[in-house]
Amino acid sequence: MASVFEYAPAPESRSVVDIAPSYGLFIDGEFVEAADGKVFKTVSPSTEEVLSEVAQAGAEDVERAVKAARKAFGKWSALPGSERAKYLFRIARIIQERSRELAVLETLDNGKPIKETRDADLPLVAAHFFYYAGWADKLDHAGFGADPKPLGVAGQVIPWNFPLLMLAWKIAPALATGNTVVLKPAETTPLSALFFADICRQAGLPKGVVNILPGYGDAGAALVAHPDVNKVAFTGSTAVGKEIARTVAGTRKKLTLELGGKGANIVFDDAPIDQAVEGIVTGIFFNQGQVCCAGSRLLVQESVQDELLDSLKRRLSTLRLGDPLDKNTDIGAINSAEQLARITALTERGEAEGAERWSPACELPSSGYWFAPTLFTNVTQAHTIARDEIFGPVLSVLTFRTPDEAVAKANNTQYGLSAGIWTEKGSRILAVANKLRAGVVWSNTFNKFDPTSPFGGYKESGFGREGGRHGLEAYLDV
Amino acid sequence: MSDEQRLSVFKTYKLYVGGKFPRSESGRVYEVTARTSAAEAAGKGKWLANAPQSSRKDARDAVVAARKAFGGWSGATAYNRGQVLYRVAEMLEGRREQFVREVADAEGLSKSKAAAVVDAAIDRWVWYAGWTDKIAQVIGGANPVAGPFFNLSSPEPTGVVAVLAPQESSFLGLVSVVAPVIATGNTAVVVASEKAPLPALSLGEVLATSDVPGGVVNILSGRTAEIAAPLAAHQDVNAIDLAGADETLAKELEIAAADNLKRVLRPQAVDYFRTPDTDRMTAFLETKTVWHPTGSLGASGSSY
Repeated sequence: MASVFEYAPAPESRSVVDIAPSYGLFIDGEFVEAADGKVFKTVSPSTEEVLSEVAQAGAEDVERAVKAARKAFGKWSALPGSERAKYLFRIARIIQERSRELAVLETLDNGKPIKETRDADLPLVAAHFFYYAGWADKLDHAGFGADPKPLGVAGQVIPWNFPLLMLAWKIAPALATGNTVVLKPAETTPLSALFFADICRQAGLPKGVVNILPGYGDAGAALVAHPDVNKVAFTGSTAVGKEIARTVAGTRKKLTLELGGKGANIVFDDAPIDQAVEGIVTGIFFNQGQVCCAGSRLLVQESVQDELLDSLKRRLSTLRLGDPLDKNTDIGAINSAEQLARITALTERGEAEGAERWSPACELPSSGYWFAPTLFTNVTQAHTIARDEIFGPVLSVLTFRTPDEAVAKANNTQYGLSAGIWTEKGSRILAVANKLRAGVVWSNTFNKFDPTSPFGGYKESGFGREGGRHGLEAYLDV
Repeated sequence: MSDEQRLSVFKTYKLYVGGKFPRSESGRVYEVTARTSAAEAAGKGKWLANAPQSSRKDARDAVVAARKAFGGWSGATAYNRGQVLYRVAEMLEGRREQFVREVADAEGLSKSKAAAVVDAAIDRWVWYAGWTDKIAQVIGGANPVAGPFFNLSSPEPTGVVAVLAPQESSFLGLVSVVAPVIATGNTAVVVASEKAPLPALSLGEVLATSDVPGGVVNILSGRTAEIAAPLAAHQDVNAIDLAGADETLAKELEIAAADNLKRVLRPQAVDYFRTPDTDRMTAFLETKTVWHPTGSLGASGSSY
C-alpha cells in the first residue's frame, strides 16, 4: 500500500546526552577498570556505530563487588526506613530531571524508538523508584509480619529489552527493603545502568549500596553462584532461568525469575475491531516485539478473521520503521545481530513448516539490525512459531470457534506470563480471565505497566512478582 | 469371650490415589514397625503392618489423578473448600482413638502425648478450613495504577503439588503440610513418612469420607527418595514441598525440579505445634493481575 503521508524527519537531538569514550565498572562508589583489564564495545543497533568502550566484569570483579555490597549492607539495612526512603525519592527525582537525556541514551544503546523511551520507559522508571521509596518506612504494614528483615546482598541480572526499567524493577524494591545490590546489565545495553551509577553519586547514596558490573553471561553466572549472595533476581530467557535455578539449588538463596512468554491475544467476534487492532499492534510491535509479555499469538474467532486481518494489515502498512531517534518512528532496530539472526531463523522455520508469511512494504535501512513487522497466518499449534518465543516483531495468527477452544489454545504453552482478551461482554472477560494460566491478563488493552501492579509468570515464565506490595516479598526474609 | 481370646482383625494398609485405595502396582510392600526407645535399642520394634512400597509408576498415576482433580477443586468456591476441610476435622475427631494409637506406635509417644498430637492435627484442619475464603483478601487486592484502569491481583493455586511429608512428625507434620496446599485449591501427591507411613495411609480413609473429591489428595507410602525423584522431574507437577527430604536429597530434587521451573519449598526447621503462618499457602499460589479500562462518563456524567 502506498504511503498516504510523507513525514519530514523529526529527530530528537543527541546533544542532550554526553557519552564518554570509555566507562569502568561501578564498585564501592568508584568507577574502576576490570581486574583483568578487559573491555567490550557497545554499539548503536540502528547504525552499528560504536558508542563507547566498557569495562567487562569477570569473576574477580564479582568478588570485589559482592564484598563492597556486603560491607555496605550493615549500615544501609540499619538506617531508619524513612532515611532509605529519602535516598530513593532523591533518585526518582533525579531520574525525572534527567529523563530526556536517559531516554536518548537508551534509544541509542538499545535501538528502540524515542517515542517509547521518552513516553514509556523513563516515566515508568521514575515512578518505580518513587513507588518503592514510599514503602521503605512502611514495611511493618506490608503484610509480612512485624519488622520484616532484608536478605542481604542481592545479585541481579537484567536483560537488554528495557535496560533501565528492568534496573528499576530490581534495584528499587531491593534498596527500599534494606538490601544492597550487585547488578549486571546486559552486554548489549550497559550504558543506562552506568548513567544510573552517576545518579546514585548525585543522590549521595552510600558507597557499595549499588554496584554495577557490565559484562557477559560468565559474569552473571559468577554473581549468581557467589556464596555470599543472599538473593538472586533474574529477568531473561527461560533456558538461562532454569540454569540459575539449578545453580541455587541446595542453597539458602532466595530466587525470583521473570522469564520468557508466548502470550495469547484473544479476539472475540464482538470485539471492537479498530481498538483490537491497536491492541494487537501494541501487543506485538511495542519494542519490536522484544518483550517477554508480548502478545505473540493472535487467537481470533473464526467468524471475524478476515475482517480483522484486513484491518490489521492496513494498520501495519502505516507503521513507520527507521531512525529510532525520530519522533515519528514506530518500529526501531533489533537490539543485536545475534537477536536478528534468531528472529530470522525462526521466521524461516515458520515458512518451512507451512505457515503463510506477510509483511507490509517496508524499506529497511542499509546499516544496523532491522526486521520488518511480520505476520504469519495458517499457523497451527504444532508450529515452532506458535510454541517458541521469537522475541521479535513477528505475530502468529491462529483461530478458534468457541471460548473454550480459545482458552485451551491460549493455555497450550509451557509459558504463562501474559494474555489479552478483546470482547464487549464483561462476563466473558471475567470467565476467560479466570481460566487463563497467566500472571497478567489485559482485557481490552495490552502491554500496560504500573509500579503498583504485580508482574510475573505462571509455569515456565518464572516465579515471584515484581511491582506492588507483592514485589517486596522477593527481598524480605519472609 | 474375653478380649484376650479374640484374635484381632488386621488392617491392610493401602495407598490412596484418585479417591480409591489401590495396592502398589509393583506388588511390593515393606515392613513397618513400632517406634519405641526400647525397640530402637533392640534394633527393631514390634511389627505393625506391611505398607505398600510405591513405585515410580504409582507416582505417575497419582499425578494423573491429581491433575484430573485440579479443575474441579480449584474451581470450587472457597466457601465449599472450607466446609470440606472442616469436614475432615469432624471425621478425624470421630476416629481420634484410632489415630492416637497409630501416632503413639509410629512416633514412640505416650498415649497422652500422642493425643496432644492428634488434637493439634484436628485443630490444624479447622484453622486452614477458615483460611480458604480469607487468603485472597489478605494477599490480593486492587492496585491503584496511574491511569484509567481497573486493576486487580488475585491469588490462584499453582496446580499439582508434590508434598514430601515430614519424616519425624508423621501425622501433625503431615496435616500441617497437606492442608495449606489444598486449602487454596491445589491438588496434592503426598509421600508419607518413610518409616511411619501408617497415620498418613489412615488419613486417606478419612479424606475419602470427608467430601474431599477423589484425586485432590493422593497418598503414597514407600521409599521417599524413590518416589520423590520421578515427582520432582515430572513435567506435569507444578510445585514441590521438600519438607521430608534431607539436605542431600533436597538438593538433588531441587535441581530436577528446575527442569520445568517448579515452585520449590525448601526444608526448614518447623515446630508443628505452633500456629502456622500463611507461608505454606503462599508458597503454592500464583498472583494473577487483570487489567481493564474503566472508561469515562465524560462531560455528561454526574459528579455526585
